[in-house]
Amino acid sequence: MATRSIAAYELKLAAPLAGFFVLFFIAPLLILFYVSMQSDTGTSLAQYARFLLDPFSLGVLGRTLWLGVEVTMLCLLLGFPLAWAYVRGPRWLQPVLILVVLLPLLTSVVVRTFACIVILGRQGIVNSALVSLGLIDTPLRLLYTEGGVIVALAQVQMPLMVLPLITALSRIDPNMDDASAALGAGAWRGFWRITVPLSLPGIIAGCMLTYAAAITAFITQSLVGGGQMLFMPMYIYQQATALQNWPFAAAISIVFLATVLAVVSVFNALGRLSRAHA
Amino acid sequence: MPNDASSTQIATGASLTVERVAHRYGSAVALEQISLHVAGGELLSLLGPSGCGKTTLLRIIGGFIEQSAGRILIEGQAVDHQPPNKRTVGIVFQNYALFPHMTVARNIAYGLEARRVPGAEVKARVAEMLALVRLSHLADRTPRELSGGQQQRVALARALAVRPSILLLDEPFAALDKNLRLDMQIEVKRIQRLSGTTTILVTHDQEEALSLSDRIAVLNQGRLEQLASPTEVYDRPTSLFVNTFVGAANVLPGVLDAVTDGTARVTLDGGGQIAARAPIQTIAPGEPVVVCIRPEHLRIATDGPGLTGTVEMGLPLGATIVHEIRTAAGSSLKVAEPRATGMEPRPPGTIVTLHLTQPEAVGVFRPAA
Repeated sequence: MATRSIAAYELKLAAPLAGFFVLFFIAPLLILFYVSMQSDTGTSLAQYARFLLDPFSLGVLGRTLWLGVEVTMLCLLLGFPLAWAYVRGPRWLQPVLILVVLLPLLTSVVVRTFACIVILGRQGIVNSALVSLGLIDTPLRLLYTEGGVIVALAQVQMPLMVLPLITALSRIDPNMDDASAALGAGAWRGFWRITVPLSLPGIIAGCMLTYAAAITAFITQSLVGGGQMLFMPMYIYQQATALQNWPFAAAISIVFLATVLAVVSVFNALGRLSRAHA
Repeated sequence: MPNDASSTQIATGASLTVERVAHRYGSAVALEQISLHVAGGELLSLLGPSGCGKTTLLRIIGGFIEQSAGRILIEGQAVDHQPPNKRTVGIVFQNYALFPHMTVARNIAYGLEARRVPGAEVKARVAEMLALVRLSHLADRTPRELSGGQQQRVALARALAVRPSILLLDEPFAALDKNLRLDMQIEVKRIQRLSGTTTILVTHDQEEALSLSDRIAVLNQGRLEQLASPTEVYDRPTSLFVNTFVGAANVLPGVLDAVTDGTARVTLDGGGQIAARAPIQTIAPGEPVVVCIRPEHLRIATDGPGLTGTVEMGLPLGATIVHEIRTAAGSSLKVAEPRATGMEPRPPGTIVTLHLTQPEAVGVFRPAA
């Protein structure tokens, strides 16, 4: 009796949030889906057929998904040592590293992206340094390349990778390393057999967040990519605003959303597997 | 990795020598010039309160900390330049540090695989180890599905699987409850005897050290206070610290009168003279000293010569009965006697006389600074 009334209170307390979600998330999603079903010949799946049969559109989707993979890999490669240094490094290093990790989160994405443009531009810091060191004669083309987009996105999304990694790594008992070493295992064997499996929940969470953020990052993709490369967010934007093709834009959005959800649920399934024993 | 199968066939029972090992953390001295030799197959305890340096010494032997000075030798070979994975030293941690994502069998196989032991031999060795610790039926469980005692046996099997020349046990019983602790102590002693592995046990529990060790090294504030057999440490402690840390002791201040034929005579500040074992430290007659009397070396009588006092409290502890006696001079003494069936504590306020049963069991030391 008493417990039921408490449960009733809890549901009532969640009602405002539920209402908010219905009004600003589920309703727009339903509208989006409704719009995507419109075509010249009435309600149909024609927009979806157009997207899925068009090599150009599929190419944009493929490039976007691949971009996410590249950014995620770069973040993992750079973020793991950073998280490791934070967890196992000297105590004085921790506040320094956490500031370095969190600083991007405290700055606007637009500001950070323009900073990337300044750094990667023809007269930017990287090129001037390389030229004055005599390593290259003419400035390299760094901006408006896929490499530039990957580096800029990795910088922007790094906290999403490092923070879950720090949480996962600090949960590992430091005695694990010593136990592994005392049993005769070298540092690499200990790393691959003990540290990586035990930090897998953090790796998966970090990859999922980074991946989802990287493929949907409209500002960084468009400013650093500079219109030379088309990714899904910009493609949707163009269809909706420049071409006023709302039904097609809505259909692309739904396809993109479904793809992202599929990727996220694969990560989730992996995460459940890894948490089963870690 | 130059490891090969032969590294697993190192003969057990290697000797260990700690040669003038000292360690500092910054300016804080953790260990001062410790020297000791452990014979092959021996079980030596490092006993002391927390912060005495025992864990630091254990980690230096394992290679996890590099000492500031001195050498570690296994079978006469200096191992100071070797990292932990090149020393053939096994370790069992207080929290066991089992790999949670591996089964019991995989945990035990880990060290063998790291040493590139062929698969068939790994399998045989894991089975042998599981049988040794009597866990063959739990080979496919993960550590979290095991009880504390079972986890400890897995940790022991994992450490012994690679046939370490030295086995280090870091407070291995601290996490177990009291009844299980005694069972596991017997189990560990049995396994250590069977495998013949030279073993260093770190503990702050004097009963554990007394019951398991061949010899005990008592450490205090980074110094080696005494290195002797358990009975020697208990019966003939060489310092005030050892006398009070290992077993209980009543500490009474007094003045040394004379030492003749291995027997000292001390006049207690509270009145009365007492016979004691001759001090190990050189103390001149007339100097202030403290005497240490173990509770079981006092007997309560109702008359006759001896210290007089009043009963403050009586505690029947099953096999023994302990009385707290306040003497006329105001110091309080514990007296432990065997308890016969039906024996009740003496009521508080009873006037009693204390007899010393064994003068040679009384220690005389300089007072603590």
